[in-house]
Amino acid sequence: MRMFGKKRVAVVGAGLTLFRRNMKETGREMCYEAAKMALDSAGLTLSDIDAVTYGSAPDAFDGIHMKGENMTDASGAWRKPFSRVYTGGGTGVFAMDSGWWHIASGLFDTCLVVGEEKMSSCYPHPAYAFTTIFDPIMDRPHGTTLIWIFSLEMHRYMHRHGIKKEQIALVSVKNKRNALDHPCAQLGAKITVEDVLNSEIMCWPVQRLDISPTSDGAAALVLASEDVAKKLTDNPVWIDGAGWCIDSTYWTNRDLYYPDYVEYAARMAYKMAKIKNPPKEIDVAEPYDPFDYKELHHMEGLLLCKKGEAPKLTAEGVTQRDGDLPINPSGGLLGVGNPIGAAGVMKCCEIFWQLRGEAGKRQVPGDPRTGVAQAWGDLMQYGSVIVMRR
Amino acid sequence: MRDAAIVGVGCTGFKPITPEVSYKELMFEAATRAYEDAGVNPRKDIDAFVTCAEDYWEGYSIFDEFVPDQLGAALRHLFTVTADGLIGLGTGYMLICTGEFDTVVVEAHSKASELLTYPNIVAHAFDPVFNRPLGGHPYYFAGLEMARFMHDTRTTREQCAQVVVKNKKNALLNSCAAHAANVTVEDVINSEPMFDPLNRLDISPHADGCIVMVLASYRAAKKLTDNPIWIRGIGWNSDTSWPETRDWGRAIYTEKAAEMAYKLAGIHSPRREIAFAEVDDEFSYKELQHLEALKLCGKGEAGKLTEEGVTGRKSDLPVNVSGGLLGMGYALESSGLQRALEVVRQLRGEAGKRQIPNAKTGLAQIWRGVPTATGAVAILSTEMK
Repeated sequence: MRMFGKKRVAVVGAGLTLFRRNMKETGREMCYEAAKMALDSAGLTLSDIDAVTYGSAPDAFDGIHMKGENMTDASGAWRKPFSRVYTGGGTGVFAMDSGWWHIASGLFDTCLVVGEEKMSSCYPHPAYAFTTIFDPIMDRPHGTTLIWIFSLEMHRYMHRHGIKKEQIALVSVKNKRNALDHPCAQLGAKITVEDVLNSEIMCWPVQRLDISPTSDGAAALVLASEDVAKKLTDNPVWIDGAGWCIDSTYWTNRDLYYPDYVEYAARMAYKMAKIKNPPKEIDVAEPYDPFDYKELHHMEGLLLCKKGEAPKLTAEGVTQRDGDLPINPSGGLLGVGNPIGAAGVMKCCEIFWQLRGEAGKRQVPGDPRTGVAQAWGDLMQYGSVIVMRR
Repeated sequence: MRDAAIVGVGCTGFKPITPEVSYKELMFEAATRAYEDAGVNPRKDIDAFVTCAEDYWEGYSIFDEFVPDQLGAALRHLFTVTADGLIGLGTGYMLICTGEFDTVVVEAHSKASELLTYPNIVAHAFDPVFNRPLGGHPYYFAGLEMARFMHDTRTTREQCAQVVVKNKKNALLNSCAAHAANVTVEDVINSEPMFDPLNRLDISPHADGCIVMVLASYRAAKKLTDNPIWIRGIGWNSDTSWPETRDWGRAIYTEKAAEMAYKLAGIHSPRREIAFAEVDDEFSYKELQHLEALKLCGKGEAGKLTEEGVTGRKSDLPVNVSGGLLGMGYALESSGLQRALEVVRQLRGEAGKRQIPNAKTGLAQIWRGVPTATGAVAILSTEMK
């Protein structure tokens, strides 16, 4: 009989490529770059890595079937155990969850987590790939697009809590400004609430500046068991909680004003991390923000504030980098960019750097000790959460 | 204690076509049977769900969206691994080993009959710049590999055909099999030439079906069942994604996966310690190549052993008693769970007419098909160690 104690899992290195609309590098090259950077920062080489887990969203972007198999070498998995996890937009943070169980199981001592997305190869626009995420009988005949369904969700959220567009636009203003300090960012900018409200209407109430861009990019992290981590570094960051949850496929039957699935995922991770009072115990958070209203939605789902309270906190400046509860100090998806599978891993990288005090100009004050990253995906249906501690 | 066991299995059976049901109905049927078998309620008793699927097989982007309801997993902890079901089993195993999960469900299915353009889809798995423009039906890869394997190991064409004869015949005793038949070596060699040296009957025909398994920790398994099947070892591995640089004669991915599984299981002499094996035989020669990679025989011996009948149902080392993929049908990502299912049935003594007497430890192995070099191996046993 084997005896596995539950292993504590550490993050010991991180790497990130530029996020851009049209990278010249192929997906494989971006994977290599991010993975190499992460290994270098951990002081390891590929021969030290026991297993690789990889995250990427629809194969349709690249037009490559079994895309994971195509990426094994590039993400460092040559003749190693490799697995690709796939939970739509939730994939990035979920890849970190996957890395966590690789080590926590006691089967592996080191695991490389790679998130990558090359959206620009989908012509004429990556949004076309998203027309095939819908039910072929019930939804696709309507010509449904992603922005349509998110406009429904945004509308419902605004209606239920009486939120104004001006309040939501503040998120876009904050995140794009935060991104000015991020060397990899695609859309760092100084904009105003008026700029957001005057930008092109995509599908009311969603406007151009409410949305994150489409991007190419890759991000990677090196995870290690406690024994290995203690030999490698004096200041590892620990993964203390992992959580995920999926809601029903039939999104038309759900009340979209609140993401139950994010709450369930958060509760799973908080329970593991023994967090009882999230707003008090969490010092910095990177909730998923592909649209500005989603940051607010997800703050509520992560139990960082009460339902409908997130816009108020944003208006009061609580979520600014120097506020009481810094939200998306990286610049998030709205500012840094949204290469889907890589975007969630980027958020995990940011929490890692923030907790190590290595975030440079983006560093949140007050010596943060506990951080949470979250991603969201599928048909407004998936939540993945990771809790890290110093 | 962090050992994991299979405590429930459910299978729809495999058929060449299933126009009467959707993939959701296939999944529902297999899941219901597995939950009944394990005596669990998915809405309350299951800590995590793993589903194994690839977008292109399903005709969706982000297929993960369409999984929860029919498995009873809405608002539960479910996710997708784009891999064969046997790698899904490895994922479930890891989850249980973390100590945070007591029960995990693993699902994989095939609706291959709905793929109207199968070769084109497989062609999309080839590198878009270096390999895809060469065109042709992607199975030429298997033909090239078979030629190399036969050359390296001096395996004969007849020995490969023997695999087909054996497996299709074994399948006659398996009510879940879609492509059972009585054929001869001559039938195989005289069947339509496809991808030289492969003939029509060397290639596994497709089948639809779904398999769901319920895994449990030691603690939960003891409560749920009197005959748990322990996962004593599991391993998976990927060789290079560049076909140009592979060793085409050897299945290195299986050698490596077996190494990991044997190490976990504490198996030093596979041939002595493993009573029977269910290995990937998507193409006839693959069974032989995989037997060698699993060290169940020496290099170049698999063909000879097959010819001598050593891998027959009532012999020393029964291989693919279920009928294998050649007999049951290649079932996309559920092919690996098909192999594991037979091992579970045999170990539980539920294999009916094809029961191997007194088997205690069995092996399941799978390959993800052309053009991949990824495989997985699981060692299942009635004994914990």
